[in-house]
Amino acid sequence: MSAPTQAAVTDARAAAAEPVVLLDDVRRVYPGYPPVRALDGVSLRIDPGELVGIVGPSGSGKTTMLNILGTLDRADAGLVRIDGHDVSKLNDRRLSAIRSRRIGFVFQQFFLVPEVSALENVADGLLYTGMRQRQRRARAREMLERVGLADRAHHKPNELSGGQRQRVAVARALVGRPPLLLADEPTGALDSVSGAAVLELLHDLRDTGTTIVIITHDRAVADELPRQVHLLDGKIESDQRSEQT
Amino acid sequence: MNASTPAPSRLLPRDTLRVAFSGLRTRPLRAVLSALGIAVGIAAMVAVLGISASSREQVNEQLRQLGTNLLTVTPGQQLLGGDAKLPEDSVDMVARIGPVRAVSAIGTVADASVYRNQHIPEQQTNGLAVNAARTDLLDTVSGTVASGRWLDDALAAYPTVVLGADAAERLGISQTDGSVQVWLGSEWFTVIGILDPIPLAPELNSSVLIGWRVAEDLLGLDGSPTTIYERSIESAVKDVRAVLPATVNPDAPEEVVVSRPSDALAAQAAANETLTALLLALGGVALLVGGIGVANTMVIAVLERRSAIGLRRALGATRAHIRRQFLGESVLLAGLGGIGGAVLGGIATAAFASSRDWPVALPLWVLGGAAAATIFVGAIAGAYPATRAARMSPTAALSTV
Ligand SMILES: Nc1ncnc2c1ncn2[C@@H]1O[C@H](COP(=O)(O)OP(=O)(O)OP(=O)(O)O)[C@@H](O)[C@H]1O
Ligand SMILES: [Mg+2]
Repeated sequence: MSAPTQAAVTDARAAAAEPVVLLDDVRRVYPGYPPVRALDGVSLRIDPGELVGIVGPSGSGKTTMLNILGTLDRADAGLVRIDGHDVSKLNDRRLSAIRSRRIGFVFQQFFLVPEVSALENVADGLLYTGMRQRQRRARAREMLERVGLADRAHHKPNELSGGQRQRVAVARALVGRPPLLLADEPTGALDSVSGAAVLELLHDLRDTGTTIVIITHDRAVADELPRQVHLLDGKIESDQRSEQT
Repeated sequence: MNASTPAPSRLLPRDTLRVAFSGLRTRPLRAVLSALGIAVGIAAMVAVLGISASSREQVNEQLRQLGTNLLTVTPGQQLLGGDAKLPEDSVDMVARIGPVRAVSAIGTVADASVYRNQHIPEQQTNGLAVNAARTDLLDTVSGTVASGRWLDDALAAYPTVVLGADAAERLGISQTDGSVQVWLGSEWFTVIGILDPIPLAPELNSSVLIGWRVAEDLLGLDGSPTTIYERSIESAVKDVRAVLPATVNPDAPEEVVVSRPSDALAAQAAANETLTALLLALGGVALLVGGIGVANTMVIAVLERRSAIGLRRALGATRAHIRRQFLGESVLLAGLGGIGGAVLGGIATAAFASSRDWPVALPLWVLGGAAAATIFVGAIAGAYPATRAARMSPTAALSTV
């Protein structure tokens, strides 16, 4: 099969399929004096397999948006559909189910458990799926291999470099093979070289069909991504697709 | 993508335990210290109950050995206030009651005292009673000779004396080879034996015992006994007790006092129960304080681990999973203390009991109760922190670094 045909097929499927993320006029206001309109009428559609960057200056509402996409927070108004579910209609158990099986998170501060090895940290990504420990470890080992850290499996986080830690965190986010990966400033705590390595890893993952949303305030990072959503003061300023991937 | 509901989040019970335990491992010293609070409380309660059970077991064992069929008969008060006396033939009368198997008696030699030598002034009495004993006394009260010999028919006619355990100690006598004499009344009596303590007739421990004939001949004892000891068939003790007063003194049965020494022993054990309850309450207070320590530790743990809670929520933990994690951690923490406390309490019980030559008794219900108390305290102590952890919003938890 030639490359253009492949792309056409993907586009056709994407148009027909349910979007992974669908936001319609979403608002999130933090109460206070004065109240902060962190998201102020955001509408966004992200289809399966997309790699999207959400860019904006500090305080523009990026983290707020990611929390809502990740069902960690609820919108005050508007429609939020994640993985085909109207989030406002789901209780804590159902939302947790979506997080455990359909969404992977990567945070700027990694949030690794310092007392246990890289392998255990990655295996924790499957903890709430009810899978047995032995199987979780086997999957974690595979995943560590994929992020290039097979030889660091038994190191604790403080024995790893920042870039390696973030790769462990990425492995943990992906070990459950979620259709949606959300990353909040994944390179924010890293130098440019290790940051580039992590981004490259995320790029590579696109081949698996995983939908990836990367939040960043770094335009250089965003420019590398095929689609960039610009946020400013809680509103979408622009939504661009660049031709080169 | 499909809109079918994903399978619910699941945390296997084994993993709940694992997660709870890993929480403790992050701060081992703190875990040990707060478990120690529980351990002290549980140890106190287990030791108190264990020691009281051992003491009860000791009394029971003693009663099994000594029998509960011994009755004593003593003269009471006369209607008009004077001291009553038992008739001289009362021992024979008691022996005639059907179920009676053994009967014996002592007669107190009034105003006789015993001294190491004749130079001690007479006013300086030492509180030792001088009693004439029938030769069958020792068997009837299940007494045993610690050293030397007991009075037999031949010796009872001579100025010989057998000392009760306390009497021997107070007089400072341990030789029973005939080389030691005591000054009794106005005669020298040769010490021929020393008795072991007699649990059912403690009054004999502080007595010096001489033969009945000698007492009558040398010290002017009249024939009336001061205490009659009687054993009957176990099942007939009640009936015998009922007929004893009228048998002993048909003219004035109301002047006769009958008692059962084994009751006194059992009552003594029961009296300790009040003390046990008090100590148990103290142990309970210690446990409560330990529980507060655990609650405090858990509150701090929840605050410290906010971002870890946020992470777990992002990984798919439900509120219930978070609550279970911290409840489990609290119960584990208390349980650790409970196990330590039970072991400490068991050791204390064993040490105390064996120091007194008691059998060691630690009933299963005590250990079961300790386990239940521990789990209860752990659950109560963890309830509030666990609820707080579960209620924490994931975004707030994650935004703390
Ligand atoms: N819990 C909160 N309570 C009140 N205001 C909040 C809260 N969280 C965020 N905000 C406000 O909402 C706005 C958007 O915050 P958000 O964290 O989404 O920004 P951001 O784009 O992620 O910024 P940064 O790049 O600095 O991380 C900001 O003005 C912030 O002050
Ligand atoms: Mg942010």
